[in-house]
Amino acid sequence: MKIVVCVKHVPDAQGDRRFTDDHTVDREGVDGLLSELDEYAVEEALTIAEARSASGEDSTVTVLCMGPEGATDAVRKALQMGADAGVHVCDDALAGSDALATSKVLAAALRTLEFDLVLTGMASTDGLMSVVPAMLAQRLGLPQVTLAGKVELDGTTVRIERDGDSATEVIEAPLPALVSVTDQINDPRYPSFKGIMAAKKKPVNTLSLADLGLSPDDVGLSAAWSVVEAVAARPPRQAGQRITDEGDGGTRLVEFLAGAKIV
Amino acid sequence: MTTSVSVESSFELSRDHEDFRRVVRDFAAEHVAPHSAAWDAAARFPVELVPRMGELGLFGLIVPEEYGGSGGDFTSLCVAIEELGRVDQSVGITLSAGVGLGITPLLTYGTAEQKARWLPDLVAGRALAAFGLTEPEAGSDAGATRTRAVLDEASREWVIDGAKAFITNSGTSITSVITITAVTGRRPDDSPELSTILVPAGSAGLVVDPPYRKLGWHASDTHGLTFAGCRVPEANLLGQRGAGLRQFLATLDDGRIAISALALGLARACLEACVEYAGSRVAFGRPIGANQSIAFAIADLAVAVDSARLLTYRAAALKDRLRAGDGSVDRAQVAAAAARAKLHTSTTAMDAARLATQVHGGSGFIEEYPVARYYRDAKILEIGEGTSEIQRLVIARGLGLPVD
Repeated sequence: MKIVVCVKHVPDAQGDRRFTDDHTVDREGVDGLLSELDEYAVEEALTIAEARSASGEDSTVTVLCMGPEGATDAVRKALQMGADAGVHVCDDALAGSDALATSKVLAAALRTLEFDLVLTGMASTDGLMSVVPAMLAQRLGLPQVTLAGKVELDGTTVRIERDGDSATEVIEAPLPALVSVTDQINDPRYPSFKGIMAAKKKPVNTLSLADLGLSPDDVGLSAAWSVVEAVAARPPRQAGQRITDEGDGGTRLVEFLAGAKIV
Repeated sequence: MTTSVSVESSFELSRDHEDFRRVVRDFAAEHVAPHSAAWDAAARFPVELVPRMGELGLFGLIVPEEYGGSGGDFTSLCVAIEELGRVDQSVGITLSAGVGLGITPLLTYGTAEQKARWLPDLVAGRALAAFGLTEPEAGSDAGATRTRAVLDEASREWVIDGAKAFITNSGTSITSVITITAVTGRRPDDSPELSTILVPAGSAGLVVDPPYRKLGWHASDTHGLTFAGCRVPEANLLGQRGAGLRQFLATLDDGRIAISALALGLARACLEACVEYAGSRVAFGRPIGANQSIAFAIADLAVAVDSARLLTYRAAALKDRLRAGDGSVDRAQVAAAAARAKLHTSTTAMDAARLATQVHGGSGFIEEYPVARYYRDAKILEIGEGTSEIQRLVIARGLGLPVD
């Protein structure tokens, strides 16, 4: 079983996240890390690969990442968790790429790899659009099986459970397939010290656009299908209104809620 | 002869160490910090945390891969102790003692059979080992050890009688073995022959006394031990008969660096708490950190913490060079660096805790903020693994001073 996990390097959500002058995400001023939602995809891939390997089937996990030079940190974290190899698509022309361009690049990179299963997170923690998995499946002509809360495989099919508000859907697709997983699916492992040391010896293949046969005109900010015109910081939240209970606290709370037309 | 460590100032933490620091920090934030106040209040040893720490590889950092370890360096262990100690000193000492006092003597002096029997579970965090050196009447003065082990020639067993005090990890539900020092005879000059013996938990004649009521480290496991005709097989001798003194002295050097890392974690936590509180707590219409008396005291603390960090990791780096067989480093240098690091960092930790509680005012005296716990946990750092006075003695002797 050959599994490829698509991962993204994102600004630390705990940090002071900003936009740059061209209204793209500032990736320089804030510490970056492997998107936490992608950790679930990596964990699921490792769990599947370990189970298959234990039953005698040769299994590998490759992580695929598109991003600037620093994005190799995300690849390394996945390798430290236990993935076998990394592919990093890195090219200055990629800066500002939208979801369509990202899916085009990832699809081109995936065509250079062998895989039975492509795993992704449910969204990135910075863009949060949650559309790249679907676009990627479309471009590669793969069944798209998204938002899995549980993944089961036999040799030729993948079956997932997708938990909705009122029902749990069970969806099956033939392999190869693309599956995105939610943050409910597992409990991602921490890299062990041994894993950190081992990761240094694992191969990371860095690819440029030219390596993938793509033109710089197809990607980046200038090729984006939509343009961010302006970015304004949200005004700071107003201090709440404090009601001190002087015997009439309940009444005044109801008055407040009624005034806001909540009750 | 003067033992110089001053020229050894070139070292840095590698990328791997910093990556690992981030992992331990995340682990501590998720699995330790949310529970620390409750464990402390209930004086409960979080035994369920130990296997999780094992999964992370914390107990096997300096253990070769054949026993399930990762063959890493001592600096990595210090990074882990510092980061755990930053949120919970009890958990930090559990790791420090588990590795430095539990695993290291077995690893260093154990036979192949002893290692194969005990190490895999200890490394995985399925078990903990303890080191019984201190006695009610003998601390750093190990020559005064009273616990006796007599070899019963008929049954080929050691028969142990005596008592040990303040033994960390000795009474947990997963404690598997306790290494003790005991007098096994007399030397030709009539001085006591000290040896080290492995006593499996649950041995007949081994009584684990009730846990102490401690000032701090409430969530760490500490007991006195009583041996009354306790019998263990002759093969449980660890290392050579009569080598006990030398063996435990080497153990203590490592322990001092580890305690320095633990103290560094506490000092950092106090510094961070000071900065946050002084910047947000308003009195007389402005943050209290606007007062120079507070801001400058915190600035001084930042410098002390920095110097503590440098001393700690210098000692760890020297230790690693010694471990790696670097001929330009000898044990005396490591011992001197360890003593300096431990003395300064534990003093800094106590100063930091005192300042942090003072900055917090009345809130620092109640258990609403963690600084009250830091204050209680800090004191032992100036005492355990050799008091500050013992460290000064080691340092002064290293300088060649004729000190008693």
